[in-house]
Amino acid sequence: MSEPNTQAARAQMQVSDEVAIQISNMNKWYGQFHVLRDINLTVQRGERIVIAGPSGSGKSTMIRCINRLEEHQAGKIIVDGIELTSDLKNIDKVRSEVGMVFQHFNLFPHLTILENLTLAPIWVRKVPKREAEETAMYFLEKVKIPEQANKYPGQLSGGQQQRVAIARSLCMKPRIMLFDEPTSALDPEMIKEVLDTMIELAEEGMTMLCVTHEMGFAQAVANRVIFMADGQIVEQNNPHDFFNNPQSERTKQFLSQILGH
Amino acid sequence: MSNTSFVRNEMLPPAPPPVSQTGLVKWLRENLFAGPLNSALTVLGLGAAIWLIQAAAPWLLHSVWVADSQNECRAIVQERWGPDATGACWAIIRARWHQFLFGFYPMEEYWRLFVTFAGLLLAILPVLATSLPRKLLWGSVLYPLVAFWLLWGGSVWGPILTLAGFGLWAAVFLALQVRLGVVVAAGVGLIVAAVFWIYGVDPIETGLQSVLPFALPEVDSDQFGGFLLALVIGATAIVISLPLGILLALGRQSDMLIVKSLSVGFIEFIRGVPLITLLFTASLLLQYFLPSDTKFDLILRVVILVTFFSAAYIAEVIRGGLAALPRGQYEAADALGLDYWQAQRLIIMPQALKISIPGIVSTFIGLFKDTTLVAFVGLMDPLKGISTAVRADINWKGIYWEPYIFVAVIFFIFNFSMSRYSMYLERKLKRDHR
Repeated sequence: MSEPNTQAARAQMQVSDEVAIQISNMNKWYGQFHVLRDINLTVQRGERIVIAGPSGSGKSTMIRCINRLEEHQAGKIIVDGIELTSDLKNIDKVRSEVGMVFQHFNLFPHLTILENLTLAPIWVRKVPKREAEETAMYFLEKVKIPEQANKYPGQLSGGQQQRVAIARSLCMKPRIMLFDEPTSALDPEMIKEVLDTMIELAEEGMTMLCVTHEMGFAQAVANRVIFMADGQIVEQNNPHDFFNNPQSERTKQFLSQILGH
Repeated sequence: MSNTSFVRNEMLPPAPPPVSQTGLVKWLRENLFAGPLNSALTVLGLGAAIWLIQAAAPWLLHSVWVADSQNECRAIVQERWGPDATGACWAIIRARWHQFLFGFYPMEEYWRLFVTFAGLLLAILPVLATSLPRKLLWGSVLYPLVAFWLLWGGSVWGPILTLAGFGLWAAVFLALQVRLGVVVAAGVGLIVAAVFWIYGVDPIETGLQSVLPFALPEVDSDQFGGFLLALVIGATAIVISLPLGILLALGRQSDMLIVKSLSVGFIEFIRGVPLITLLFTASLLLQYFLPSDTKFDLILRVVILVTFFSAAYIAEVIRGGLAALPRGQYEAADALGLDYWQAQRLIIMPQALKISIPGIVSTFIGLFKDTTLVAFVGLMDPLKGISTAVRADINWKGIYWEPYIFVAVIFFIFNFSMSRYSMYLERKLKRDHR
């Protein structure tokens, strides 16, 4: 590893030896279509991974397999020491440890912001309501919109909604966060506020897997960038080398397209 | 050439808009005479309205309220308004209103009906007005058993033991829920409760009754009639068909093949058959499937099949609401670790039901009006059963319009209230946009 920049170096230091996610020889099909082919990936606790690639390359499908929103058909996925099988109890256990942020926020429109945040802690973690509300307000402060607590999601801007979605995941005190194109549905001026929140989270040492097209974000916080195409991991490296010295043709072509304009 | 610079020295005061753009003139022009076709329709509509009023007004204006028979009504009208005059004879309503409302329920027990109806209003209040304390809902849950006892009478121990059966069901469910899962635990609980209801209630009731006799005079089901009957069938079917419809809609979407096939089969069968067929089934066929000594009331049988009928429709209405929800809602609930029933109860159903409100209320209104079809199995519905019974009296033999109008007005009051309430509920729950 040649001279990683200072941010990456700082990030590197927080990574522990403990394995957070272990994916081995994972395959997935939609009918006859082979969407994920022989995926092998080990994520250390505290690691921040950005997954990039053209659309249809399977990057969203892969992270959705990690909390089993999608089912894999072959291979193994072990999250936090729990193997994902069809056992519902294990699935619920993994899901309560893994937070997920979606492209379209998926806030619950019939509940206030505060209720959105306290729902899962109260019903899944069985936290008393008062305590859940305190936690919720703490995380709303953190994403800088405590004043919106009693509004409904439809009254907030896209950027605010996405920050609420992040706070909602954090209220479950997850050990791993998955981001599925969190800024793709946002207006350009709102992308920054969401990325800032994510960067802050990264600096606190959260284990993060992030599917995104924000290459600036990748360079700033990732300690590994994974490039996927045609359902396979084509290349992975630290951000500095990934962007400055890509090895495969497919990666070079992709980078020239997204960085070229 | 032209000078483009301009400075205003004097500000203009506000002026009224032209007469053609305000008030009555504007309104008339926009709404009644916007073009040749619009004007023609206005004139035609006005003509039709005048013709209708002309036809009905004398009849209504010549109403007679006090008389002992239709002939007396006619005599009074002719005496007052001339030999060719016609007039409404509301005297029949005055004489027989209690039959239209209560059928042949014994008069000295009417107080039970008033208490039951007052109780109904109290019981639905906390359901309709969510601002009331939620604990009042327990009263609403217990109300059906109280109402059942008040209406049919008999030993008080019957309803109490029935309630105990539900308690048994709940206890079995809670004990087995963790080990066997929600569906199986509920099924086993139901079987235990059913065994208790069929074999346990009667002997225990007789025993308790001999020790602590506390009973109301029994009223037989064939004494029920009129709006009492319509309300008993309608309200029970409405209350039970909503949860049943929700379960059927969920069953139809289930991944479990058997649950799914049973739900689809049930819904399609019930929807594919006319309600009257089901009512005949209730009155004739159901008897054959049950042990011959079971005391299984006709009203109860009709209620069960009317409930099934409306549940099938409700299920499809709710399926529409479920289909309108974005997948992301399910995914977000899953990703937060909520289990299936939590996700349904907290996330999916509140939204799907809100979307389905107009369809659900439409189904309920239809169901309430369909209760008049029980006339075909010999029950005294307000429209045909009671009207026919009233006309069987020689004094009121040829009277048709007045009873129908009276019954229609009462149906309208109930159904219009339901419709208004649903609109209020939709407005109250509207949260997606400011």
